[in-house]
Amino acid sequence: MLKVDHRDKEKLIDPLFRTGPRFQLAALAFLAVIGWGVYMYLRQLILGLGETGMTRPTYWGVYMVNFIFFIGISHAGTLISAILRVTGAEWRRPITRVAEAVTAFALVVGTLQIIVDMGRPDRLIFVILHGRLQSPILWDVVSVTAYFLGSVTYLYLPLMPDAAILRDYCTDAPAGRLYAPAWQRTLYTVLALGWRGTRAQWERLEKAIAVMAVFIIPVAVSVHTIISWILATTVQPGWHSSIFGPYFVAGAIFSGIGALFIAMTAVRKVLGLEQYIAERQYRNLGLLFVTMNAIWAYFTYAEHLSIAAGQQTEEFPVLASKLWGEFAPGFWAMIGLMVVAFWVLVVPKLLPASAARVPVFRPRYALASASVAAVTGFVLVSSQPAPVSLVLAAAERAALTEPAIRTLGWAFIALLMIGVGLGVSPWLKARPVTASVIAAACVVVGMWLERWNIIVPTMTHPRLIPYAVYQPTLTEVSLTAASLALFGLMFLVFFKLFPAVSIWEVAEGRVIEEAQSKIVIPAPEPSEMKRLRRWGTRH
Amino acid sequence: MRWSMVIDLDKCVACQGCSIACRFENNTPAVKPSEALKGRAVRWNDVFPMPINPTEVTGEYPNVQTRYLTRPCMHCDNPPCIKVCPVQATFKDEEGLVRQNYARCIGCRFCTVACPYGVRYFNWHVPEWSVETLHDFAWQNRTSLPLPATSVPAPEYANPDRIEGEGDLEGPAIRPKGVVEKCTFCVHRLQKARARAEAEGRAFRADEYVPACVQTCTGKARFFGDLDDPRSTVSLLAKSPRAFRLLEDVGTHPKVIYLREW
Repeated sequence: MLKVDHRDKEKLIDPLFRTGPRFQLAALAFLAVIGWGVYMYLRQLILGLGETGMTRPTYWGVYMVNFIFFIGISHAGTLISAILRVTGAEWRRPITRVAEAVTAFALVVGTLQIIVDMGRPDRLIFVILHGRLQSPILWDVVSVTAYFLGSVTYLYLPLMPDAAILRDYCTDAPAGRLYAPAWQRTLYTVLALGWRGTRAQWERLEKAIAVMAVFIIPVAVSVHTIISWILATTVQPGWHSSIFGPYFVAGAIFSGIGALFIAMTAVRKVLGLEQYIAERQYRNLGLLFVTMNAIWAYFTYAEHLSIAAGQQTEEFPVLASKLWGEFAPGFWAMIGLMVVAFWVLVVPKLLPASAARVPVFRPRYALASASVAAVTGFVLVSSQPAPVSLVLAAAERAALTEPAIRTLGWAFIALLMIGVGLGVSPWLKARPVTASVIAAACVVVGMWLERWNIIVPTMTHPRLIPYAVYQPTLTEVSLTAASLALFGLMFLVFFKLFPAVSIWEVAEGRVIEEAQSKIVIPAPEPSEMKRLRRWGTRH
Repeated sequence: MRWSMVIDLDKCVACQGCSIACRFENNTPAVKPSEALKGRAVRWNDVFPMPINPTEVTGEYPNVQTRYLTRPCMHCDNPPCIKVCPVQATFKDEEGLVRQNYARCIGCRFCTVACPYGVRYFNWHVPEWSVETLHDFAWQNRTSLPLPATSVPAPEYANPDRIEGEGDLEGPAIRPKGVVEKCTFCVHRLQKARARAEAEGRAFRADEYVPACVQTCTGKARFFGDLDDPRSTVSLLAKSPRAFRLLEDVGTHPKVIYLREW
């Protein structure tokens, strides 16, 4: 029998064997959405891809956007488990399992998007039988397959000792507290692979994890680079760009952290794991998140600047459609969401605690500013709606169409939004978890929009074909919802079967922490001396 | 042989005869008007006004310049479409024709995305030649069209030529839904001409074969032949100072050569 800390047993193992109505309700809801999606897919399969909004020249649409989005999210696991493991970041321990699960499941859902997008999914096997390695799609098949196999292995390796713990603890007595049906016990036994926790086994496991951690980083980088190359190797306006590889990898890790924030908060809330997934994890991951946000903004600016400066006849209309054309709402929503995410994570940290005493920093002022901004925005966006025409005189309404007035209006809204941001900052400062989730939600939606803004404007602005309009149909919306539901369901079922926090890794972390606390603090670095003399050892 | 087409835009009257001839020669499926409005019409050979998009200023009425362009597949020497195909469903044969095998295509539409000329078409639904489609068309055009209902072209209207074989389905062959199709320079005509020459026991000559659009061209604006033969019409016309190729800057090296309007 493997030893487990009683706290871990209570928090991580016991809930696996209690199935409440919440679980069943959530599973049922997910299954309902998936069922609807399956129906819509079968319909599309029988009637043809014409059931989507895709046309000539918009040959790729929401499915491709979803594909890039989900594969992007899958980069969460690599970052947390591999990069942080390699660099020895101790705080990663409680969230590795969630991150690795996000990776594996996002890859499954992402790959499904390609099959859904294919005109002849029955000929999928041709990719292997007649595959041409010169095609970026084949590169993608190879790298995504490698990444999937690597991620599943990487999810499984640290799971092995936990499966052994579960094998030892669950009982076959139906009345027992840790009762597990026969199939579940078999599952644990098989997955434990005869784990006994001997020294040799530990050494082998550590070696395997260390090798996988190094191996999986280049594979993950290759996956999103190659996805970007699918676009960049064509000569389509707006895609033929050398920055796409790193841009996509940065975006993938960025959206991956966003998805991880949401997933780990869900797990933390539902299972009550506040002692494991603590503010330390949010703070450190938040720093990485802000860094990725800055890198992403830098790449986005660089990418668009070169197109704007070049003013080429084919490329510039694509950019123009994003900046002020039909894709402007999506584009500026993306920019806005990223700015909000940055603000939510950075400004409350910069704000001193005493700022809460200043009357400006009150949520109610934020609410008031937001309301004024909303009304202003409504007046600016809607052309002469009934409430506006009732209040404003004809001359005033005419003034609203003047570019100078409109610019002033948008500037006013921007100013108000800064007011909103300042007003809620102390509130956010007191709630780092909520702030992280708000930022994460903004980024996940923003990154979906980013992929939309890359795929669709180029597709609708081709050479030699009239510019087109792309409108996703119910089929595409349903399948997107079903994909998200499938992702949720896989998550739900997985964490019903396995502990959400890696038991042995956390236990190992405790041992390391304990050992470190006994170490005598070494002499300070010479460069630190000046600071220490002046300020002492206080922080 | 390196098959090539020369289109003299000065002679082209934009009658769209090439489009119609292509349609009947290659059994391209008809789509409902509602689908055509979405941009799902299949026109291997398209005729459209230039500029096609409002990126090129041509003046304001009445001081306008109107041009038309007729566009088959460019049969590029460096085709972006075949480079991206994951299963070799599209390929360039030894005579430079870029062909499409419906039996192999997996419908990923990478080639349609990669082609800068938009010459590739996708079968969004089961290709229809059914009477409903035609009646729909007739209703729109206020004409009557008594045709039999079939899901394949009615035998008396369809081109019976086929390129079919082991895992091969090309040209005018009836294609399934969910695959990409494109102009082949009427490769089935080439095969027929070759077979005829062989049956008559003589060498095949390049002038024995032209695509349907070349044969039908009202203004005799289209020329077809072997670019490897320095004395062929296309070789001579390719040297014309009026000669240009479409989107030369994308590096595809098209084998369709246009002659600029005077």
